[in-house]
Amino acid sequence: MGSPPWFFRFSGAVVRWLLPLTIGLLLLGAAWGLLVAPPDFRQGNSYRIIYVHVPAAVVALAGYYVMAFAGAVSLIWRIKMADVTMRAVAPVGAVLTAVALVTGAIWGKPTWGTWWVWDARITSMLILLFLYLGVIALFEAYENKTAAARACAVLSLVGTVNIPIIYKSVDWWYALHQPASIKFTGESAIDSSMLHPLLLMIGAFYCLFALTVLLNMRAELVWNHREASWLKQMVRNV
Amino acid sequence: MYFASLSALWHMDGHGFYVWLSYAVTFLPVAIMLWLPIRRQRQHWQWIAAEQRRIDSRRAEAPGE
Amino acid sequence: MSADIPLLSIREAFSRQFMRHFKALMGSPTDMANPLLFFFMVVTLFPMGLGPNPERLSVMAPGLLWVVALLSSLMVSSKLFGSDFEDGSLEQLAVAPYPLAILVMGEVSAHWLGTGLLLAVVSPLFGVMLGLPAHGLDVLFYSLVLGTVCLTLIGAIGSALTVSIRRGGLLMSLLVIPLNVPVLIFGNTAVSEAVSGGNPSTWLALLGGFAMGSLALVPIAISAALRVSLDN
Repeated sequence: MGSPPWFFRFSGAVVRWLLPLTIGLLLLGAAWGLLVAPPDFRQGNSYRIIYVHVPAAVVALAGYYVMAFAGAVSLIWRIKMADVTMRAVAPVGAVLTAVALVTGAIWGKPTWGTWWVWDARITSMLILLFLYLGVIALFEAYENKTAAARACAVLSLVGTVNIPIIYKSVDWWYALHQPASIKFTGESAIDSSMLHPLLLMIGAFYCLFALTVLLNMRAELVWNHREASWLKQMVRNV
Repeated sequence: MYFASLSALWHMDGHGFYVWLSYAVTFLPVAIMLWLPIRRQRQHWQWIAAEQRRIDSRRAEAPGE
Repeated sequence: MSADIPLLSIREAFSRQFMRHFKALMGSPTDMANPLLFFFMVVTLFPMGLGPNPERLSVMAPGLLWVVALLSSLMVSSKLFGSDFEDGSLEQLAVAPYPLAILVMGEVSAHWLGTGLLLAVVSPLFGVMLGLPAHGLDVLFYSLVLGTVCLTLIGAIGSALTVSIRRGGLLMSLLVIPLNVPVLIFGNTAVSEAVSGGNPSTWLALLGGFAMGSLALVPIAISAALRVSLDN
């Protein structure tokens, strides 16, 4: 287990049903959120952005921990597959963070009247984006790719220890400076007719995350093992 | 379905632009994120297959080896 | 290792490494003066950019001073391990029979003494220039003493990760600035609270906690990062 040929066959089987499942869940969740769910009594229809904004943010943050975990595995056991995982997660996490930021900004316009507010959550997401971009840039800057993966592992572990502190500090910072006019917290109890599509969409984004990471890893593996006999055999048999 | 008509769905009481824009900027990157690695893997796969054909044809030309 | 070279105790190894770098730093006063000069010049820029109104400046002073302190610490940390990497002494340290984390801490503490602590000592002067009220000056000093410990340690991780990259300076700021966000918030809020008559001790305590946590964990990260850089 964990060997490239085994992983390649296994992930191929997973991708075959995960791809249609993910697309189906995404479409179902989007249709539910856009068409079926009732509008929010305060925000009207603009709250429907929650069904893409929150799942992207949740999965983007979880992705950083997945990346750091893969980094720890790579540092401790020197497993090549963990390097590939880390490399595959970083761009997916960065894109999801950017999606959360942009949809947050679009949501801000009808809600707060401006595109950008230095709100605690938006600021934290912006910092998360920088953390992801740092990992990607560091990987690209190293010539030796094994060393690059280990450097990224160190960086993402440092980031993991720091992320809770960053989030907490940004929360406090925001609480101190929060202007009274834009007191907006979405913490109020959410009705189940709105919650269910949200949960479905979060599930769909987790599937999407797993799927894109697997696809990235497979593309990377095919290139890394282009000289390997098992892969040549596989190509010949197709 | 909550909306009475297609145009009501499109306008969403004035919020339509923001909602539809949000879904567009979400699903466009998602589609690209899915498509790019699939294309990359296919290209690598074809490269390997072409390499194999080249080796096979060279073997066929020089059967003495 | 031949038997006729006695092994040093770990404490001795640390202090030799510390003294070596402290003397090197003392031997090049420009290296110590440059960050202060940078600080001075940026502080001069603020009244020009924001207008000389003393009330407005004094409101912004805690944040401005802290942001400049962060940037100047970033600037000096980026070259922390550069010369050691180029002349090969880093490789020697990595194979030495002492924990690399301890040896590196000797170097980092000498660096902090010569740049971070110096900056904290001089900072009240800049505080006065930006109209920071007198009862905020001591908190500015304390917050920068604790804060530069954090900034130097995190900067050292960034420097260790990018030392083998040709143009690592810009990359280093991308890596380090997000990690420094809590330090900036804690330090800046401590000074603001003191100025507005609040209680800064919570924020100083948070800063101290961050510094202690960093002191415990960061040396491990630095030594791991240096070993990776040597492999590149």
